[in-house]
Amino acid sequence: MRRRSITLAIGAVLVGIILATAVVSFFWLPYPPSDIGGGRLAPPSAAHLAGTDKLGRDLLTQLMIGARIALQVGAGSVAIGGVLGIALGLATAFAQRWLDDGLSAVLDVLIAFPTLLVAMLVVAASGASLGSAILAIGLAMSAVVARLTRILAKRVLSLDYITAARVSGTRWPGLILQHVLPNIWPTVVVNLALQFGLAVLAEASLSYLGLGSPPPNASWGSILQEAQGTVLVAPIGAVAPGVLLVVLVIGVNLVADGLRDVGDPTRRGRA
Amino acid sequence: MVSYLIRRFAFLVVTLVLASIVLFVLLRLLPGDPANALLSVGATKEQIASARADVGADLPVIEQFVRWFSQLARFDLGTSYISGLPVGPEIAQRLVVTVPLTLLAFVLAVIIAVPVGFVAAYKSHRWYGVALSAVSQLGIAVPVFWIGVLLVTFFALRLQLLPAGGFPQDDWQDPAAALRSLALPVITVAIVMAASVTRYVRSAVLDVLGSDYLRSSRALGASFAEAMWRHGLRNASVPVISILGIELATTFLGAVVVESVFALPGLGSMLLTSIAQHDYPDIQGVLFVSTFAVLIVGFLADTAQRLVDPRLRASVSGNRGGGSGGGGRRRGVGPASTAVPVAALPGTTDPGVVRS
Repeated sequence: MRRRSITLAIGAVLVGIILATAVVSFFWLPYPPSDIGGGRLAPPSAAHLAGTDKLGRDLLTQLMIGARIALQVGAGSVAIGGVLGIALGLATAFAQRWLDDGLSAVLDVLIAFPTLLVAMLVVAASGASLGSAILAIGLAMSAVVARLTRILAKRVLSLDYITAARVSGTRWPGLILQHVLPNIWPTVVVNLALQFGLAVLAEASLSYLGLGSPPPNASWGSILQEAQGTVLVAPIGAVAPGVLLVVLVIGVNLVADGLRDVGDPTRRGRA
Repeated sequence: MVSYLIRRFAFLVVTLVLASIVLFVLLRLLPGDPANALLSVGATKEQIASARADVGADLPVIEQFVRWFSQLARFDLGTSYISGLPVGPEIAQRLVVTVPLTLLAFVLAVIIAVPVGFVAAYKSHRWYGVALSAVSQLGIAVPVFWIGVLLVTFFALRLQLLPAGGFPQDDWQDPAAALRSLALPVITVAIVMAASVTRYVRSAVLDVLGSDYLRSSRALGASFAEAMWRHGLRNASVPVISILGIELATTFLGAVVVESVFALPGLGSMLLTSIAQHDYPDIQGVLFVSTFAVLIVGFLADTAQRLVDPRLRASVSGNRGGGSGGGGRRRGVGPASTAVPVAALPGTTDPGVVRS
């Protein structure tokens, strides 16, 4: 148990670093994002702590904006995927057998779709904007969350006390609020935390492939892609976004791990 | 087993049909007239109309779908708007790069992951066991393209050991040259995949190590190696195999992204180009082939799992999801990223929100 709370603490610190950076970026940035006065590919200095990119824009500024965008992507797609997925999952769990089977098959198909490919397509067709990336990733996530919710809800619904509650007249809204959600939320929340990390990585891939919004208001993926060509001269632009991505995703995963053990007493003490 | 195979195969066919419908609808929902791709900006109304007629965009949607679907059934993926060449052969040409990349990376990942995962579990109380599982945690948070960039920088640009990108013009005529081009991409994808497979192997082996049957076998006089060989490995392999199908699909997607790091002329670059050019038949073809591959891999993984696990073979009754959670399935199999017995279900192909 003690080790687990350490996990949670480390995760919270890592996420906290990124979160703090993102919050600060709303109030203060070292330079205006498109200010190109720094000289091209300048090495780190007192004026430009992380140096500048190939157009002379301050890299620290871009990285800070990237933190904001990464969190927006994670939060936005988890909100979409979570709400939609949980609603859909509960609906299938409560549905008639035939409807349940049909919807589950559709979910299986949706999950089998290579999310990244579809997201690439949606983003490209509707213009490379952050919103369309978040929407595409969130929709893809909802299928995964829905299937998870359905499995968990079905398990709860098969228990005796549900039958008892039904017999004593509890309707389905009551069942959901009183019995199903309280029982499934720990697992669902843990999964959503993991999905948060995956969403951030997916968006980074999209923008690395050139399907994100370009700098100066860029995600870490685009910064990395821009800096790739000059990696030998100015390595920071190609290294720092990756490090920050890893920090955020690891942090979120650790938080998820920690939360799971808080939420599920039966796992405590397991390795 | 036979009746399971039939049912599972029927499910595969249904999902393939559903997939093609979803794909068709998705592409029609997107903004942009396919005919725009064919014409330049100043086209007249008549030109637009005739272009639309050429590609069949003037037909009712249902009819378009029937046309597309009947072509699909004959393995005809249509003709590219831009190049005018048939899509199928073009994809086949790209697969010459993508398939070897995917398979080599996958095999390498498994070769790394199985022993590493085993040691991480068996020595989970020693520092190196902990270290191995920490590294695998790190590995799943690393974006695959970043590893690619780092490897290129170090091995190709600094040390100049391997090519930084590209693929021989004559494909596999010179296998050595082709393999040299694929070396860094394969390693890139394999590192990331190995990290995630390691976690599944570790978790499965941990479950086996804590099992009653292993303890009983030891108590009856078997050495650890004997007990592990006779009972442990097979039990540990069940959840791992079920996850390998998913991992293979993820490897494929990783390959698609990594292709762009290394400028490889594979499926991924074809998709990017065709998206940029609004070349609908190309896009449709690539997405269909990819989805097809993912679904078939899922089918194969489920079948392999049945073959390995007699308990699943016996329980023919369709316990699709929920309920008791499947016969011999233990709770908590599989590490954090699934968190739940998603892997316990037949028909589980879960590239999920794709990590890359």
